[in-house]
This record gives sequence, C-alpha cells and structure tokens, in this order.
Amino acid sequence: MKLNRQNKLIIGLCIAALILIAKLFSIQIIEDKYKMDAENNSMVYSTIYPTRGIIHDRNGNILVGNKVAYDLMVTPKEVEAFDTLALSRVLEVPVEFIKEKMDEYRQKSRRIGYQSVVMIKQMPPEKYMRFAEVAYQFPGFRGQARSIREYPFNAGGNLLGYVSEVDAAFMEKHPDEYKSGDYAGKTGIEAAREKELRGEKGYNIWLRNSRNKIEQRYADGAFDKDAVPGDNITTTIDAKLQNYGQMLMNNKVGSLIAIEPSTGEILTMVSSPGIDVDMLADIGQHYGEISSNPYKPMFNRTVQASYPPGSVFKLVNGLIGLQEGVFNPSTLYGCKMGYHFGKNKLGCHAHKSPINFEESIMMSCNAYYCYVFRDILENKKYGSIDEAMDKWNEYVKSFGFGQKLGSDFPSELGGFIPDSKYYNKHYRKGGWKATTVISLSIGQGEIGCTPLHLANLCATIANRGHYYIPHIIKDSENIRIDDKYRERQYTMVDTTHFPKVIGGMYRAVNSGYGSGGTASVAAVEGLDICGKTGTAQNPHGHDHSVFICFAPKDDPKIAVAAYVENGGFGATWAAPIASLLTEMYLNGEISKDRKALEDRIIKGDLMDRVKVKK
Amino acid sequence: MRSAGGHRDRGFFKSIDWRLVICYLLLVFIGWVNIYASVHSSDPASIFDWTCRSGKQAVWMGTAFIIAIVVLLMNPRIYESLAVPIYLFVGALLVAVIFLGIDVKGSSSWFEFGPVRFQPAEISKISTSLMLAAYMSQQGYRISRMRNFIVTALIILIPMAIIVLQSETGSALVYVGFIFMLYREGLSGWLIFLAGMAILSFILTLTASPFVAILVIVGIASLCICLYSDKLKWWFFICVPAIVLMAFVPSILAGFAEEGLKLKPLHILLGVIGLAIPPVIYWAYKERNTFSHLAIVSTIAGILLVFSADFIFNDVLQDHQRKRIEVLLGMKEDPAGVGYNVRQSKIAIGSGGMFGKGYLNGTQTTYGFVPEQSTDFIFCTIGEEWGFAGSAAVILLYVFLIWRIIRDAEQSREAFTRIYGYCVACCIFMHLFINIGMTIGLMPVIGIPLPLISYGGSSLWGFTALIFIFIALYRNEKKYF
Repeated sequence: MKLNRQNKLIIGLCIAALILIAKLFSIQIIEDKYKMDAENNSMVYSTIYPTRGIIHDRNGNILVGNKVAYDLMVTPKEVEAFDTLALSRVLEVPVEFIKEKMDEYRQKSRRIGYQSVVMIKQMPPEKYMRFAEVAYQFPGFRGQARSIREYPFNAGGNLLGYVSEVDAAFMEKHPDEYKSGDYAGKTGIEAAREKELRGEKGYNIWLRNSRNKIEQRYADGAFDKDAVPGDNITTTIDAKLQNYGQMLMNNKVGSLIAIEPSTGEILTMVSSPGIDVDMLADIGQHYGEISSNPYKPMFNRTVQASYPPGSVFKLVNGLIGLQEGVFNPSTLYGCKMGYHFGKNKLGCHAHKSPINFEESIMMSCNAYYCYVFRDILENKKYGSIDEAMDKWNEYVKSFGFGQKLGSDFPSELGGFIPDSKYYNKHYRKGGWKATTVISLSIGQGEIGCTPLHLANLCATIANRGHYYIPHIIKDSENIRIDDKYRERQYTMVDTTHFPKVIGGMYRAVNSGYGSGGTASVAAVEGLDICGKTGTAQNPHGHDHSVFICFAPKDDPKIAVAAYVENGGFGATWAAPIASLLTEMYLNGEISKDRKALEDRIIKGDLMDRVKVKK
Repeated sequence: MRSAGGHRDRGFFKSIDWRLVICYLLLVFIGWVNIYASVHSSDPASIFDWTCRSGKQAVWMGTAFIIAIVVLLMNPRIYESLAVPIYLFVGALLVAVIFLGIDVKGSSSWFEFGPVRFQPAEISKISTSLMLAAYMSQQGYRISRMRNFIVTALIILIPMAIIVLQSETGSALVYVGFIFMLYREGLSGWLIFLAGMAILSFILTLTASPFVAILVIVGIASLCICLYSDKLKWWFFICVPAIVLMAFVPSILAGFAEEGLKLKPLHILLGVIGLAIPPVIYWAYKERNTFSHLAIVSTIAGILLVFSADFIFNDVLQDHQRKRIEVLLGMKEDPAGVGYNVRQSKIAIGSGGMFGKGYLNGTQTTYGFVPEQSTDFIFCTIGEEWGFAGSAAVILLYVFLIWRIIRDAEQSREAFTRIYGYCVACCIFMHLFINIGMTIGLMPVIGIPLPLISYGGSSLWGFTALIFIFIALYRNEKKYF
C-alpha cells in the first residue's frame, strides 16, 4: 500500500475509530466504576429537594421561613399485604381513603411501574414520627422529607405569594427546569424571585435488585448529588408596618402602599381582602374556598386594579400647567359651586372664592382645575388640540402613569392615559374639544391607574420631581438588584414648581378644622404630613375614597397611597388609614388623641357596601 | 454527451453504489429502533405512535427516502452549476434565522413552520461542500496559491462564523473537519500538525502550566528542525539535555525561594529561549533553511498562544463552554452539575457491559436519567442495550461508510465529485467523533447529532441529501464506463 494522502487519511480514520472503541472498551468492559453486579440491575434515584431561600424583611425579620413536613410515598410494586386498619389509625385517615388509593394504584400500575407516588402530602412531623415507629409493618410505604413554607408574620398572601406543585402548563412554559413533583413560586415575591429562591435539587442513587428490593447505595454514594439550598432574599418590606397596614385595611376592599421616597423601596403593600398566610402554606387545600370568595382575594389590587385617581390627579394637572406657563401660583379663579360651560356644569363643593393655586389644592376645588386644564389643551403654543393633548399625555406619562412602572413585583398593570388618537377614534377627528374631556382635569373620565402609580406619584412629589422605580427586593449577600432601581427618573416638570404643590398639600392637612382644608383628619402633631384627598366617582355605588400623603414635609421618609373602594370621601377612610400608617412608621406608635380614630378605622367594616356578583 | 460515443448506460439501478445505500439504510434503521428504545417507558406505545418521537421519526424517514429518490433522479450536473446560487441562498437563510428564527435552548438557529422545525445549519453543510467542490475543481486551481487558498478558507469560514453567531458553536466546529479534505487536495500537512499542536498547548496550559506547555513546544519544535535537517544527533545531545535541565529549574528555584529569590522559572525559561533563538536563526540563514525559519516563527506564535490561552479561556469562551471544557479536562470536579450529562451518559454506556442489557431493557436510558437521550445522547441507548459489541459495531459501520465514500471519491474521474465526496466524509467523521466522543467523555459536551441515528427531521434530511448527492454524482460517472 502506498503511503499517499488518501491512505494517510484512511489510517487516521481508523486510529480515530480505534480511540473511540478503546475508550468504549475501557468503560464497558474494564472499569467497574460504571457497572452494577448482576443482582443489582437497576438504579433508583431518590430526589433530595432543596430548602427554599428564606425571605427577610428590611430589618432582618423573617417573613417567610421553612419547616419540615413529610410526604407519605408509596411504591405500589413493593407493597405487600398489610393491615389497612392499623395504617389508617396511625395516619388518622379513614380506612376507605387507603383502600381507594390502593385501588387507584392497581388500576394505574402499568403507568406507575416501579415509581413511587405520593399518598398523603405534607404530614406534620409529629404524625410522621408516629408512622415511622411502625413503618416496618408496611413495606412499600416511606416518608419523604420536604421543607414547606412557614410564615412568622402575617404579611399578606398577595405580597408574599404562594408556592405550589408545578402543573403541566407550568412545566410546558419552563421546559427542562421543572419536573412533576417540584414546587415553584406562583405569585408575589415567591414568583418574582423564584430563580434565586428555589435552589437546586440533588439525588441519591440506590441499587435495586432483580426482586425489586432496594438494597444499597450505588458506589457508596460517590455519584450522589447534594441539594443546593436556595438563596435567601431581603425584601424592602417593613414587617411590622405591613402587619399594621393589614390591620387598618381589615374588612375593607382596596389597597394601601407605602414607599420610601429616597430609594423607591416599597415598605408596605396591602391588597385587601387578602389571603391569610395560614392558608398560604397549603394553598391547594384552600384554593376552592379562595377562588369562590366574591371579593376575589387572589386579585392583587395594588398592582392589578385600574381605578380613576380622582382629585389626587389635580396635583399632576397643576404641575403641568405651571410648567407650561398657562397660569402661575398666584392666579386667582372663582368658583360658583363648580365650573360652568355652556349649559353644562362640573360641580364643586362650597368653599371661599376666588382662590389661588395653594388654596385650590388645600380645598380641592374642581373649577380651578377646569380652568387650568382647559388652558393646557387650548394653549396657543400648539397648533391643534390634538398636539396639546399629546403633550399633556407625554407629561402625565413622565410621572409613571399609563405604563408599567417596571417594578420587580410580578403581574404589574400599566393603566391608561388617553391621547388624541384615542379621542379621535372615540368621537372623530375635530369632534371633541377641551370641555368634552374636562373631567380629566379632576382625575375622572378615561384615566386608569393602579394604587402603585398613586404611591409613586406621592413619592415623586416628596422628592420634588423625580422617583425611583418602586421595588420590593433589596441588595443582599447573593443578590444584586438591577441598576435601573438606582436611577432617578425625572418628570418633565421642573423641580422649582414642586414647592407650591407641597405647600398646598401641607395646608390641606395642617390648616385645622374650619379652615376649608380637606384633610385635617390626617394631621399628626410634629410630623408635618402633606397630603391630598381624592373622591373618585363610582357609577356603581359609593364613591372610592383616595388619599396620598408623605411626611415629614422637608425630609420625606415615607410616601403613602390609600385607595378604599366605596369608602366615600377621601377624608373619611383613606386619609385616616394613610396618616395612621405614616404615624406608626415615623413614631412607632399612635398618639393618645388619635387612638379613637385608630379604633374606628380598625373596626370599620365596609364590606357590605361593595357590590359583588354572588 | 459522452454516451453518444458508444458507452452504454448501465441503467439506473446498476450504477448506484448499493453498499453505500445499504449502509445508509442500516444506520437509519438502527437510529429508529433506538429512538423507540429511548422513549420507551413501562407503559409502551407503538413504534409508529405519532405522539412519540419514534412515530415522528418514521415520518421523517419516509420524507428522507423521498428526498433521496428525488436527489438520485435529478441530473447531477445541476449540483455543479447551481453550487454558487445554493451557497448564497443558504447563506441568506443562515443570516435570516438569527433574526426570524425561534429560540431553542438559547440558540436562534431554527425556523418553525407549524409542527415542523428546520435548522438551516444542516443544509449549510451541503451548500458549503458543493461550493468548495465547484470552486476547487476549476481548471488551474492550486491550493498552494495564496489567492486560491484565501477564497477556499472564506468559503468555509463565512458560514462557520454565521453559525457561531447563532450560538451553535457545536455545528460550526464540524467545519473544522474540512481541513482533512484540504489536506487531500494538497494543503501542507504541517498545517494540520500546527493546528494539533495549538490544541495540545492550549490544553497543557490549562491543565498543567504555561511552563510545561512552553517546554513541550520547544522540545517538539527543536525535534522537527533537527529531523528536517538530518541532525537528529544534535537534538539528542544538545536539546534533550537542555530541556531536561530546564525541567528541574522550578524545583531548584523553589530551594532558593526561601532565601528571598524572586525569580520565576518561567522567566528563566523565556530567557534561555530568547538566547537560543538568534544563533538558530543565523544558522538557518546560512544554510538557507526556510523550514527552520518557519519553525521558529511557529514556536514564537505557540508561546504567545500559551500566554493568551488564559485570556481566551476566561474571556472569549462563554460560561457554559468553559465549564464543559473544565469538566472534560478534569480541572474541576463537576462544577454546578455540568458533568451530570456526561456522568449519566457514561453510567448508561458502562452498564451495558459486553453484550448489553438487551433491546428495550435499558434502565438508565428508559427511566429518563440521560438527558437528550433520543437526540444528542442516542449513543447511550445503543451502549446500554447492545453493549460493547453493539456500539463497536455501529462505529465500524460508520467507518465503513466513510471509507466507502473516500474510496468512491478516489475512483471518480472528476475533481468535483472527488472533492464533494471528501467533504461528505469529513462532515460525517466530525459528527461521529464529536458526538460519540462526548457521550463517552472524550470530548466536551457539544450538542451535535449522531448522523442518521439521532432523532430529528432536519438532521436526517440534511445527511440524506448530503450523502445521496454524492451517490448521484458517483453514479453519473459510473454510468458511462
């Protein structure tokens, strides 16, 4: 044979093949690391489930911890005849339950094969110990330890979220990541940080002999893999404040959110009615009960409900008006029980007239903002109302409205801010003018926003013109939050215009009863609370009660938004709730003279007012 | 037409290389039954069950056979004349899929049409092979001519680069195999040698140290120079003692280190090399020995590679690629479970023993411990259920297939057919070696299919067309004998 290039290549091919075959020979014939003796002809993997990461609040308190529970596993192929009655007595379940289950396994025996199936989920350790003592009488039954969630604080089910076994749809969405029997966070923080919290599964490898008995560890555990526990995370939540917020919102439908303005960290996030944490641990048991509740406790109103903001929105229109120069803080407008245009009128309540900008906030005058808003839309600067409308839309969106804020909390809703396109479609081009959409001036009409948007507005004003994207996770040992949460988001309104608005908000709270200020109920001595009431009209029943406030005025530590469905005037429910939360956060207690107010709020029950489909 | 000159067409059937076809059919059939075994569970479905992969594979096989017949019936001349447009079209597809394709496990290399997914990279092997054959079979082509060589390299590198951009590094690696075809067509063997040396020094740097890697490079380079100039004695009497001496430098220095000497062994080694190079260059210049000059340049390049290996490894390679190499080289014991696949795969294959556990009796593969078991890790099923005998037989079958293609290629009278044939052989060889090497821990985990056996329509169609175009080209020539 000539040693030409063709033959050299063929020799190379043969050498390569020989290398493969030699390696095969080594792992299949020589090494017995990979072999099992003839008796033990198959390996059984038992999963070691990792413990989920612990969720801390901002002060290091544990919001969500872990405790051990046991699943009772059955390997039907290994079960021998046993005393059903004795087993039922130990497990405290009816005899019929065991019989039914065993019948079911017999029917499915082909599908189950040598696998183990769960018979009873999450037995508490005491019950499992009783079983473990007599387990030798029941071959084929064993307990598998699993850590389940434990909740030292009642921080609300919607905020924390629940963990449950993955279903087919979930596995489809996350291929290769989850297997049936795995658990995953489905809502709230558990879902937001599932990746970090879940940890990594491990396994033990056992050998099964030809009579299907598990006898020993494979290779003395050399190939086993330990489970890696999930990362702990730290949230921005203040557990004590969250708990207090839950109390205040008890028996009311609505939301309560508090943000630290200087960071955008969410201190409290209550959606009421919520899911009790006792149900959270075993959501499967209570799922029917929760989902049939007419008040929809699973619905997280703080980020998913879209409401009209009501008078609170006057602050935004006022700021836009100042920036656009259509009026100045000393501009006086008269109010004759409302704003009259043609034969129509947008009503207002009785207050002194005429008034300037600060007073318009303090007394929440409707007419004032009709003038301002009309001037914004009819600004000569812009060629058409379409253009002015779109500019207004741009301004409003710079406050975070009309879009998802981009918080790290899952399933946030964007809300809606109308623009010229919307009205052109709705009426036709040229078929609408400022007075057609005048209700936007007082935060009614087509505007939709979430309570989180309102809290963010409050933080923006407290910061004099910028906000940080509200978020719920803090930096901790293993987790660094996205840099976007550290960036200031500026509105299109200059910082210089904010002090006037804040002045108005301060006077609304601190002018004393009889002055015309709408939120005197929220005043707390020494805290310099600034606030704005809102009463959002509701065609379906009682108006919604809205209030935003921050404090202290000159060094804001907390910004709060309260939205109470069917609560009536802003001052009736929302203002006391928000101010009590503020007081608790800043003072750590409620002053004596406000104890009566606190008592009224906590005991107050508005559930009957809320119309639900039964 | 040459047939007018008295040659008789030997007929459609007689002119086909049936051994190749039978070998092809055997491999496809082996693939199909093993795909069935790999999805087989304790609740078995029929091998034709459409919801199972084996059922789908039956459909892919049917369509592949249609492709094969169509390819055979077409006039093989069109492959030559259409090589350029096909190459450009597939190139466009490769680019388009980056933007329009769906995301499968982090790589954007698939088009999706309803239930059918299709990977343009699979047909890119064909278009590149055709293009290479068309270009290199031109009159006056010489691979040693710089211009010809550069165009040839570009034809290979362009699709390769686009495929890397699709994050399908594994598929791109297959194109490295074309170097064997280039070697057959006259590329200097030293180039393959240098490529091998580059890989060796890369591995040595990572597993041992730069010091060892450089020592080995210098040793081999000096051996080559001495061999080439017939001065083997010099190597034994000068180079070997010098290298052995250098090898003791680290331990000698360690002795002095306690006395505050801050000299590193690497510095001494580089110093000695720096002193040795000028005289060698002078001697080579005097002898007019170009080879030695090139060897020195390569040595310096090799030393630079050693120093950049760290950078390439840590900064150029992606995280998962780095981990796979670390596991392969045993630098880290199973970091974060990357070794899981390989370990499971070795257990499955290893548990097969001499004759395997028998068809459908595998426990490792049927219980789902081996990931990707019907696609990239199909060889596990073969190893477990058919044992050493079965898996070695499969490898030999591939060797036969590749050998037969090379034989036919060499027999053909047209350069186009020969070059295309070598391309086909190279593609199959690379897939074979990388895939099986991966399942038995010889290669890092690189996700490319085992030709004709792995589950998947795209891959099966691609290889079917690749092989049958060659059969058609070869038949076309044979017809006129």
